[in-house]
Amino acid sequence: MAEEVKVFGAWGSPFSRRVELALQLKGVQYEYIEEDVHKNKSPLLLKYNPVHKKVPVLLHNGKPIAESLVILEYIEETWKGNPILPEDPYDRAMARFWAKFIDEKCLPAIWKAGWSPESEREKPVEEACECLKTLESALGGKRFFGGDKVGMVDIAANFIGYWLRLIQEVTGMELLSAEKFPELFKWTDEFVSCSVVKGSLPPRDKLLAFFKARIAETMD
Amino acid sequence: MAEEVKLFGMWASPFSRRVELALKLKGIPYEYIEEDLSNKSPSLLKYNPIHKKVPLLVHKEKPLAESLVILEYLDETWKNNPILPQDPYERAMARFWAKFIDEKLLPTAAKVSHSTGKEQEQGVEEVHQQLKILENELKGKEFFAGQSIGYLDIVAHVLFWFYSAGEASGVNALTTEKFPIIYEWIEKLIKIDAVNECRIPKEKHQDFIRLRRESLKSASK
Repeated sequence: MAEEVKVFGAWGSPFSRRVELALQLKGVQYEYIEEDVHKNKSPLLLKYNPVHKKVPVLLHNGKPIAESLVILEYIEETWKGNPILPEDPYDRAMARFWAKFIDEKCLPAIWKAGWSPESEREKPVEEACECLKTLESALGGKRFFGGDKVGMVDIAANFIGYWLRLIQEVTGMELLSAEKFPELFKWTDEFVSCSVVKGSLPPRDKLLAFFKARIAETMD
Repeated sequence: MAEEVKLFGMWASPFSRRVELALKLKGIPYEYIEEDLSNKSPSLLKYNPIHKKVPLLVHKEKPLAESLVILEYLDETWKNNPILPQDPYERAMARFWAKFIDEKLLPTAAKVSHSTGKEQEQGVEEVHQQLKILENELKGKEFFAGQSIGYLDIVAHVLFWFYSAGEASGVNALTTEKFPIIYEWIEKLIKIDAVNECRIPKEKHQDFIRLRRESLKSASK
């Protein structure tokens, strides 16, 4: 039976890329549909995600699911190969806890710090550093948050693993450095060098150009 | 066995009550520890150093925070009386709507509680829209989870708080006229023993909300 798996995404969105990474890790074939999220969302996207009108949306045999972490859990439960969650219920709960922490605390703090004008940067950067410090403690000397291989928390932290360093390059903000967060910094290298992850990341130059354009816009 | 599970909670917290409700529905014995949030216990701070909040579940000395994370843990550890559906798609839908409640509806409702005038009016509009969307999920069903109460009902029972908060702040966004289906659902819920045991006395709750509103107002002066 041919399974129909589609992903509605946006090339630069870490949330969208999370879903693609999970599918690729599990060897699931899917059709990708690029959405113009800034100017022109497709009628299909609005039909499949009427509540939030956002990417990513996973469509499996005609049934849509929105919200990247919800989608990751669905992918895990539907395609059992190469699990992204641990087996033990407590470890699973901790993975979910950290994924939530990333989305609810880390990302907003980092985003705020990244786009604050230089003169107003100090406090947001401090807050973002607190988040990163806490997140680093979850690594506990492991290679990945998931242990020996990439797991749900690594996937959820993709923004920190890749997008953040590019934002730092463009804005001059220093948040994640080898000196301040040696373990987390090392993790970002491990993460991006992982072969499946590499294939799931947006092109560096294109993303840098996108961020530069965004800064130019906010300056006007 | 009861000493194996401890719940650090707070009587007025809907998040804390969620976990209690799940424990009761699954028949899991537990020890309850009431926290004074203005004077958090050393145990709470030790077990939940990151968020320093309730609810906090401690099972065999291992702590877990975040009500939705705890609910999933309970279901995976105690297999009887499952609260989440079996089918992966239905599980995804339950999780989606739980997130909607916690990330959209509740922050909007909090805004309504803590604002006045035009800002409050806009907030009420937004809450109405969100409640309408949520109410849609009840159509044709006894409960959010289907024939009997489940995960999404446990998460959504925070709607009880809307009513108390509404009366205390003078703005009730959740009315029977606008949301008859939600009201019908509430009527069904309160017939369930476990739910009733987790309800908080309305007056006590309203006093609590009024006090909080006042202290927030004086803090912002």
